[in-house]
Amino acid sequence: MERIPILRMGKVLLVTIQVDMHDQLAVTLQDDLTARIVDSGARGVLIDISSLEVVDSFIGRILGNIATMSRVLDAQTVVVGMQPAVAITLVELGMSLPGIRTALNVEKGMALLQASIEADDAVPEVPDASLED
Amino acid sequence: MPIRSSQDLVLVRQAVRTWSAELKFSLVEQTKMVTAASELARNTLDYGNGGEVTLQVVQEGLRKGLRLSFEDRGPGIPDIELALRDGYTSGGGMGLGLGGARRLVNEFDIVSKVGEGTRVTVTRWK
Repeated sequence: MERIPILRMGKVLLVTIQVDMHDQLAVTLQDDLTARIVDSGARGVLIDISSLEVVDSFIGRILGNIATMSRVLDAQTVVVGMQPAVAITLVELGMSLPGIRTALNVEKGMALLQASIEADDAVPEVPDASLED
Repeated sequence: MPIRSSQDLVLVRQAVRTWSAELKFSLVEQTKMVTAASELARNTLDYGNGGEVTLQVVQEGLRKGLRLSFEDRGPGIPDIELALRDGYTSGGGMGLGLGGARRLVNEFDIVSKVGEGTRVTVTRWK
């Protein structure tokens, strides 16, 4: 079965979408990613869409779902590399991609993820005692 | 072109991309037309139980354009005004398909009869 590869780089899962995705492939990616987050304990997901020439409302919804599911699983999602023509079209279409963080390219997206994973880890665990009374 | 599966959606997008490029649409114009086609083809598939799309180069005086006509023999749309409203969906979508596609083209026409089917025709001029 056709699949989009998911690479692991430390605490981050990296997905580069290189093909014109049909709907089933996008749904498969969503399922695979959530499973991989759980298996690997990844804290971040970086999705590179620089090769995507079209992002319609379905793909937009899938990206939003992935961001929401990863958040529920204690990971963060950043979408990078959107082509200017795609951004213009998305806005005109009426999509704002709520809940999705974006960065200009893979390098900036990776830096954004690393920083927020570190910031997350810096928060001290709440000791059990403070939960009493 | 037939629209029977989600794989056909990809073929429709590719065909619209090729035709728009041949008409020398700018990259943004191409992307808008392909995205509109993708939304409408998915509607044809999901709500119209499949159908077909006809691509046509149209000329009006000196200007040329690309016209796409999506036809299905599905259940039809009882309330077109409502279906065009952003955020309205009868399925699992985001409700941006019809209204969104209308914003991406220059001309938009929809004819629907309950029990007989729906035809959506869109045109984008160069």
